[in-house]
Amino acid sequence: MAEPVQAEISMEELALNSEPSEQHSSLPAQPRQDDNWGETTTAVTGTSEHSLSQEDIVRISKDLDDSVGLDCKRYLNVALSVILGLVVFLTPLAFLILPHLLWPDRLRACGTACEGLYISVAFKLLILLLAVWALFFRPPRAGLPRIFVFRALLATLVLLFVLSYWLFYGVRILDSQDEDYQGIVQYAVSLVDALLFIHYLAIVLLELRQLQPFFSLCVTRSTDGATQHYNLGQLSIQRAAVVILENYYKDFPVHNPAMLTASKSRAAKHLAGLKVYNVDGPGGNNAAAGIAQSQSRAMIAAAARRRDSSHNDLYYEEAEHERRVRKRKARLVVAVEEAFTHIRRMQEEEKKKAPGDVMDPREAAQAIFPSMARALQKYLRTTRQQHLHSMESIQQHLAFCITNNMTPKAFLESYLTTGPTLQYGKDRWLARQWTLISEASVTSGLKDGTIFLLKCIDFSLVVTTKKIPYIKLDEEFIDPKSHKFVLRLQSETSV
Amino acid sequence: MSFIPGQPVSAVVQRIEIHKLYEGDNLILGFSIGGGIDQDPTQNPFSEDKTDKGIYVTRVSKGGPAEVAGLRLGDKIMQVNGWDMTMVTHDQARKKLTKKNEDVVRLLVTRKSLEETVRQSMMQH
Repeated sequence: MAEPVQAEISMEELALNSEPSEQHSSLPAQPRQDDNWGETTTAVTGTSEHSLSQEDIVRISKDLDDSVGLDCKRYLNVALSVILGLVVFLTPLAFLILPHLLWPDRLRACGTACEGLYISVAFKLLILLLAVWALFFRPPRAGLPRIFVFRALLATLVLLFVLSYWLFYGVRILDSQDEDYQGIVQYAVSLVDALLFIHYLAIVLLELRQLQPFFSLCVTRSTDGATQHYNLGQLSIQRAAVVILENYYKDFPVHNPAMLTASKSRAAKHLAGLKVYNVDGPGGNNAAAGIAQSQSRAMIAAAARRRDSSHNDLYYEEAEHERRVRKRKARLVVAVEEAFTHIRRMQEEEKKKAPGDVMDPREAAQAIFPSMARALQKYLRTTRQQHLHSMESIQQHLAFCITNNMTPKAFLESYLTTGPTLQYGKDRWLARQWTLISEASVTSGLKDGTIFLLKCIDFSLVVTTKKIPYIKLDEEFIDPKSHKFVLRLQSETSV
Repeated sequence: MSFIPGQPVSAVVQRIEIHKLYEGDNLILGFSIGGGIDQDPTQNPFSEDKTDKGIYVTRVSKGGPAEVAGLRLGDKIMQVNGWDMTMVTHDQARKKLTKKNEDVVRLLVTRKSLEETVRQSMMQH
């Protein structure tokens, strides 16, 4: 397929050189073979200093959206809930105070029982205030794409409830100017009681219902297949996604794109192995589709028949890599142990030492770091972790270990094994970049067989749901006296 | 030779007549038995069905009366002088074989090769 290849080159060179050359300005009917195109073509990279790549654009727009959208939504939510809370709190007080303001002369005096009810109203309001603060006024842990259905329903319920009480109050008490003040106080007490019960309903719906595990979710990362299972209760898809992400940051090893390059290069080698040439020339659309299909099938068949030795390469490469890692690890462990022997904690009796010799943890870390720096750097490079740790972070970690009397092995543990994402710096977290992709509506509940995706920039988490099986337990009683044993006999008698 | 509890057992048997031999004070037959309903049937190396609790011949002394009469290693004894041996304890079997006032015991024994011989001879006809 020499023609399209030539066209590609012409487009690249047009973009890079400002002046178009006349020989490449039009697609030649008969391709002119430029024999040294291999040397003169430059590859187009993803970004240059003056251009933005697609990823950067997406990132910037997402940041803008997130910061504006999240704040807007959050402030709206807070404002609405504060208004609702004020209305709800002031209602009982209003019920009690309005008769004194509007018809004070006709009111019957409040007796002892009535005054006792004042105390009950006051304390119940105080308890309601503390309970609402505890349940609703917590810093939000996540920004969800759709509204939280249960909260909205509860807010509507409370609003309707309070409105109906006001309606009754307005019609039966304000209009008719009832003199029975004790009845009014009891009415206010019943309102506060009902509000406490609605709060109980809120606790059950929002907090308790999802505690009992009902579904088992299997979460798999798309790039390297790391899998975890979580047991969750009956949640909506968006709340389940939040729980999964919170657990993702502590359970999954950090995403390391450098580990995936080996399989990508193998895949590229498979594709580059066979080239298909169309010797009949371009045909009509149907012919082209048919040819494309037969071409791909021919390629697959030829690839299957070819004696491919890439498995051999993989095996020896992995063995070699394993050996190298172990060698570097041995050198690293020895270097770190030796470095740690150079410092020790100052004893009480040595206070008389000259202040020049005495160091705080940071200085001590800086003093022993150079002796292990090279071994550590080489090890990180072999295990492809070097971009996860900066020199500053390593020195900080070293100072931390020295302060807390940790052994060299404890210091090395965070470099020898890849830890969860929370262990590394905040720029790896990408906590604002998650997208929930789901075929079902995200406010609908989890069901058996629900599948949804949580997409971050370079990878995604695939989540499948299974219902926890209904377990039926049977009982069997064993009498403690029934444990009796006999010897096994195999005798042989001669007759 | 598998048996189903409660169903009659059918087997191809061979009649063997052993004449006891005097050895000192005792009358001996020249073989050893194993098995019985009070024994562990899974330890029996000669039985096909490891739940078979019958009496098996576990050793035949060379040149003894049993070998002369045709008893082989691994035979299952079904009857001794008319007494059934398929559902007896080990001790009962021993007693039936070592009765002091008898010097001839007539056994009905069965073994796998008997069935095959009968089948082959039936096929020839």
